Amino acid sequence: MKPILTVSNLSKDFTKPLDLIAKLLNKVGQDNKEEVVHAVDDVSFAVQRGEIVGIVGESGCGKSTLGRMVAGILSPTSGSVEFDAEQTKASDLPQALQTQMIFQDPYSSRNPRKRVIDIITEAPIFHGLIARKQKNEFAAEMLQRVGLDPDTLQRYPHQFSGGQRQRIGIARALAVSPELLVCDESIAALDVSIQAQIINLFVRLRDEFTLTYLFISHDIGVIEHISDRVIVMYLGRIVETAPISSFLQTPNHPYTKALLAGVPRLEVGKREYEPVSGEIPSPLDPPTGCHFHPRCPFASERCQREAPLLRELSAGHFSACHLNDEAQP
Amino acid sequence: MSNVTDAKPQATAVPASGLKKFWADFSESRLALFALAVFSTILFIALFAPWISPTNPYDLGSVDIMNSRLPPGSEDFAGNVYWLGTDGAGRDMLSSIFYGLRVSLGVGAFSGIVAMAIGATIGLAAAYFGGRLETIIMRIVDIQLSFPSILMALIILAIFGKGVDKTIIALVLVQWAYYARTARASALVEKNKEYVEAAQCLALSDRRIILSHIMPNCLAPMIVVGTLQTAHAISLEATLSFLGLGLPITEPSLGLLIGNGFEYMYTGDFWISIFPGVALLITIVSINLVGDQLRDIFNPRLQK
Amino acid sequence: MDAVKPILQIENLQTHFFTKAGVVKAVDGVSFDINAGEVVGLVGESGSGKSITGFSVMGLVDAPGKIVGGRIRFQGEDIAAMSPQQLQSLRGNRISMIFQDPMMTLNPVLRVETQMVEAIKAHDSMISKSEARARARDALGLVGISAPEERMRAYPHQFSGGMRQRVSIAIAMLNRPDLIIADEPTTALDVTIQGQVIHEMQRLCEVTKTALLWITHDLAVVAGIADRICVMYAGRVVEQGPIASTISQPLHPYTRGLMGSVPSQNRRGQPLQQIDGMVPSLLNLPSGCAFQNRCAMVSDKCLSEIPEPIDVGEQRLVRCVNVGQEPAS
Repeated sequence: MKPILTVSNLSKDFTKPLDLIAKLLNKVGQDNKEEVVHAVDDVSFAVQRGEIVGIVGESGCGKSTLGRMVAGILSPTSGSVEFDAEQTKASDLPQALQTQMIFQDPYSSRNPRKRVIDIITEAPIFHGLIARKQKNEFAAEMLQRVGLDPDTLQRYPHQFSGGQRQRIGIARALAVSPELLVCDESIAALDVSIQAQIINLFVRLRDEFTLTYLFISHDIGVIEHISDRVIVMYLGRIVETAPISSFLQTPNHPYTKALLAGVPRLEVGKREYEPVSGEIPSPLDPPTGCHFHPRCPFASERCQREAPLLRELSAGHFSACHLNDEAQP
Repeated sequence: MSNVTDAKPQATAVPASGLKKFWADFSESRLALFALAVFSTILFIALFAPWISPTNPYDLGSVDIMNSRLPPGSEDFAGNVYWLGTDGAGRDMLSSIFYGLRVSLGVGAFSGIVAMAIGATIGLAAAYFGGRLETIIMRIVDIQLSFPSILMALIILAIFGKGVDKTIIALVLVQWAYYARTARASALVEKNKEYVEAAQCLALSDRRIILSHIMPNCLAPMIVVGTLQTAHAISLEATLSFLGLGLPITEPSLGLLIGNGFEYMYTGDFWISIFPGVALLITIVSINLVGDQLRDIFNPRLQK
Repeated sequence: MDAVKPILQIENLQTHFFTKAGVVKAVDGVSFDINAGEVVGLVGESGSGKSITGFSVMGLVDAPGKIVGGRIRFQGEDIAAMSPQQLQSLRGNRISMIFQDPMMTLNPVLRVETQMVEAIKAHDSMISKSEARARARDALGLVGISAPEERMRAYPHQFSGGMRQRVSIAIAMLNRPDLIIADEPTTALDVTIQGQVIHEMQRLCEVTKTALLWITHDLAVVAGIADRICVMYAGRVVEQGPIASTISQPLHPYTRGLMGSVPSQNRRGQPLQQIDGMVPSLLNLPSGCAFQNRCAMVSDKCLSEIPEPIDVGEQRLVRCVNVGQEPAS
């Protein structure tokens, strides 16, 4: 079955251009290079309809940038994001509306001056999906879908709690009938008990509307709970991608193993943390070859020279590590 | 399992937002309330000057040169009391000041509004579109702001000549840069907020995003700048008129009154110059105090 | 029964904030002890009052907040009643605090070395500068910062987030305090860095026998390092006890709900346990138990009286009149 989303060789560079003085100095013989951050470096993957793909990684791994490119907010430097329009329900909608994003900060992602009803119905009215007089009904229905009381339509965002605001954001996204939702740390700013409510909501909506999710999070527990498939990123590159069962039972990449080992677990018994050494490198100056080699306990000379490619280990399980090459005959 | 997890959003104990809260915050400062009262009085006077003024000092029929240079509080033969005295031509100072306030406030406020409209549009556009457009605009703003406003105004008037419209043009040209800078700064902050990204994600047009999303959230700092700048504009116009370069005699502003009365200072008829000066002072100070309080209330709000 | 007195005894602490909108009872009757060398986890969501409790112990509660009741006994002396000067000699000396944001401890315009020497000299005016520097250097080495002699001369912004937090820990340990209060020390850090920092703190506290009050919303972190746990809700401690028994058999409905909300691989496929409703506003706490509007086992008694802590044995205390019962559904 053809995937609903195909990301091919997607890259995003952030360049700090040279200012006038530096350009002049360059002419005189100095060599000032532009600062380039390879936020996302040649990423490719595919997502099937109805799948929840969890993207996990730490600061600087590029997952948020990747999410924004998929959602159409950021334009890539190279590569492509392809959406299979045939699989979408209503193909007369603008392409951009097929993918919607749920943001992290429930406070700054709602326009404080707009009432809830306007927040939800603005885009549908703008794009002609609903008529102005259907505003109230439509918004009420959206609110009910996400578990909010329709009587609160006329209120402003600041009159709601964090968890409720996230629901409003979800309603806003659902209002344009998207196929794919990119959730960028959507629950990170919420309390644990509210997170549980929103996670349950996400799963219910997926079942009800056959939505597809790209769930970006640094919280491995959440990823483990809801993902069908997991993509692990480090400094702009995918280091491993696997179906959830392989991810949990047979993680392959040393970074993945380190992540899983380092996550605090709600289990009885004092924990001996065996931390990974070293700091997360700055994306401005990433290590050569395999980005992880300075911190990898199994690093070899080859790891420093050559960046490993993603190799398939078993069905759907890919990992980018030279160690796998050695293991193969 | 019920999916409606909360019946109604929590009733926060904070007073209803909007006007009530704004008023509650504003009245925290007695000084600001007092200033607002003073300014309201001045505004009232300015608006209704033709009706509440004891005399019309510019009606040549009612002015008698015999009454010139009467000290404050004196009576004339007809029994009229001149509370603030009369000037060299026999005009009642109190009435002159009322009419003067009308002109000063009118010119100051009008030029302020026009400058705000122009400056805000330019600043918002610069912030939203960024890139080269922004750089060019902001450099122009920087250059203009590095000139003393008086100097700029004088140069402009020297080129264009005297007159009400030319004075207003000069004031607008001097002020728009402040508004542009404030609008840009504010818009930059808003632009990076996630609700703007959300609007882009929902494929709303640029125009809609700027006008409907960004601009309303930039209004607060603009109002603060507007208040303080209006005071500045009034003061600037007064200076120009004092120097004889601004408004013509037919539209006498407070500055002009001060200027005209200056020569009488040497002969001891201080009231012709000082009282308009005091009126100007009170106007500017009250506007500034109100603007200060506005700035204070809007700041912590913005940070929320 | 231990004959050793606990080094910190909080008895019925009440810290209220007197705002324009009313009195916010941030901490309203909190009692627990910390023994020498013990690690106690203080767990709660936002609004539970856990951070304010920590600040109250340190005397860092500013207007409009005030400690209005209860006692805080540190090594026998009531510090809630102390004058600012007396508190000053305790702070940074025998009790230290680590904050979530290391930039709350670190002055961005001073070199790290300067700040550490200053912290040492503040409590030991007789010490020479070179001795103080030596102590600072040792402290940095102790928290795992390599080449401490050179790194000391750097400014805080030249360190990464994880490093800065380690520097804060080093500063906290400089004067060999008897108690460290850590308010969400690893919440803002990446997973692998969090593992490093938790590891360091564990090790240090074991070696120096320093007691640690770890304030966090993250149950999993506390599960791995604490000896005892106190769970807070709406300004009160609703359950406290040894970590193992509390986690494996939570007794208070809130604690149960909280445990059930934490996503992990063990809960895949099932909806997470939701605690319906929201935390009541601290301005307007209901009479009786604060959890009443969200509790599945609520009874009439819950509505009328605030439950007192009930001793259920094994050093466990629970504020619930229905303790031991299972929910009706």
